[in-house]
Amino acid sequence: MGNLGIIFKRELMSYFATPLAYIFIVIFLISNGIFTFDLGGFYLRGQADLLPFFSFHPWLYLFMVPAIAMTLWADERKTGTIELLMTLPVRLADAVVGKFLAAWALTGIALALTFPIWITVNYLGDPDNGVIIAAYLGSWLMAGGFLAIGSCMSACTKNSVIAFILTVSICFVFVIMGSPILLDAFPDWMPQVIVDAFSAMGFLTHFDSISKGVLDIRDMLFFAVFIGAWLTASAVVIEMKKAN
Amino acid sequence: MIEIPNLSKRFDQFTAVDDLSFTVKEGEVLGFLGPNGAGKSTTMKVITGFLAPSSGKVTIDGFDITESPIEAKSLTGYLPEGAPSYGDMTTLDFLNFIAEVRGYRGEEAAKRVAHVINEVALTSVAHQTIDTLSKGFKRRVGLAQAIMHDPKVLILDEPTDGLDPNQKHHVRELIKNLAKDKIVVISTHILEEVSAVCTRAIIIANGKIVADGTPAELEAQSRLHNAVTIKLTKAYDLRNDLAGVDGIGEVSQDPEDELFYTIFSRQAKSIFNEVSEVARAKQWPIDEFHLNRGQLEDLFRTVTTQAGAR
Repeated sequence: MGNLGIIFKRELMSYFATPLAYIFIVIFLISNGIFTFDLGGFYLRGQADLLPFFSFHPWLYLFMVPAIAMTLWADERKTGTIELLMTLPVRLADAVVGKFLAAWALTGIALALTFPIWITVNYLGDPDNGVIIAAYLGSWLMAGGFLAIGSCMSACTKNSVIAFILTVSICFVFVIMGSPILLDAFPDWMPQVIVDAFSAMGFLTHFDSISKGVLDIRDMLFFAVFIGAWLTASAVVIEMKKAN
Repeated sequence: MIEIPNLSKRFDQFTAVDDLSFTVKEGEVLGFLGPNGAGKSTTMKVITGFLAPSSGKVTIDGFDITESPIEAKSLTGYLPEGAPSYGDMTTLDFLNFIAEVRGYRGEEAAKRVAHVINEVALTSVAHQTIDTLSKGFKRRVGLAQAIMHDPKVLILDEPTDGLDPNQKHHVRELIKNLAKDKIVVISTHILEEVSAVCTRAIIIANGKIVADGTPAELEAQSRLHNAVTIKLTKAYDLRNDLAGVDGIGEVSQDPEDELFYTIFSRQAKSIFNEVSEVARAKQWPIDEFHLNRGQLEDLFRTVTTQAGAR
């Protein structure tokens, strides 16, 4: 196991050493239940699919994911452990990716624990399980996108509350980028290319197609590049600001 | 060997470390002294690779800390100021993590962890969360972490800060007992510590070296070196008797206790005989008579305030 794995393990263990992981998972599951059954009208729709479940995920992640991302680097700087970590024979990239993967694994665990709803829908009807698996994957990728933004924002400040607010704001922008609310606001004279480019950056655009079961390599690539870019930015910010 | 040629570190307008040059050889225990804000911690942060130097470089056994950071960091153990550690982990978990990062696996890792726990006496708190430990124990966890891989170079930023006298003694013994081929750099502002553990001391002020030598050499540079202090049994003015005696500099009376006199030597030469002859001839009412070897504290004040005034 390389240093990346060691850091991943330590971070994941520390989520479960405090109530944070349990609270996150419980709240995530409860909110999912409320959204799906109450607001989503899971039963009323009379369709054996998980669309009402997944369609709320961007909005759920908008507040839940920044809550785990906010401490990623802000706490390291506040408590001074960043000095310890950065003077161990560990590459910065290993630290950034290891921490990110640990947080991503936590969202993955929370997401996986929603499996009863998948059992329910299979019990009630005959859903397309391929679509559901694709949607789970898409949802997890989107959580990774949120987390990568959170990692970078957390690196920007010692104050985790500021990191939370910044992350929520930026994530919100990326969520609504592809939505009609924003696209309609563009004036007519704006070249279509720009409008398209703008909407292509939106999370909803990519998540919607994945959650409908369309596993397009371009959507996957979007999230991969998006995560990579924000993690690179995190590393740059840490390098610049670690001493302050 | 640590080689530091012309190291500078600037933050925006502020120069924390100003063209510092020194080398530390195997077997040396270097005490790094200076007033708060003199650049001690900054220098240590650059040596350990936490901060990048603005100019100049640091090499540890030939490995440049910016060009081969992993190799250089592998050779170094570091206790940062305040001994930060992951508070939500237990002592044992934290040390296991450090052992793994330092490249130990399985049984070897367990052996190293057991060894350092024993070395700094952490057995009683091995299963306690670090957040719940007292300041002294936290400091020892930091020390345990730093010596995990039996490092060739050990950099300790204020290792005894916040410890009680017994713990201080213990840490000093630990530093002294490290193998003789190691390099230890400790920063402190407890000057007795320097005389107790260091083979060499560097005093820095405003990012520059203002004194460098063995503790004995530095003491000899102090104004108090070879000065004679006298305590009288009753009030008596020594000054007239000493006027014109060879080699004698200033004679000062303690403003708080008129029975206390300090007679400074002019050229740092011994004035013991001169003073005792006069004392006998004039029959001074002497209670105590001391010859000073000099004080680091006195030199420290002299060199750091001079540098500050400049």
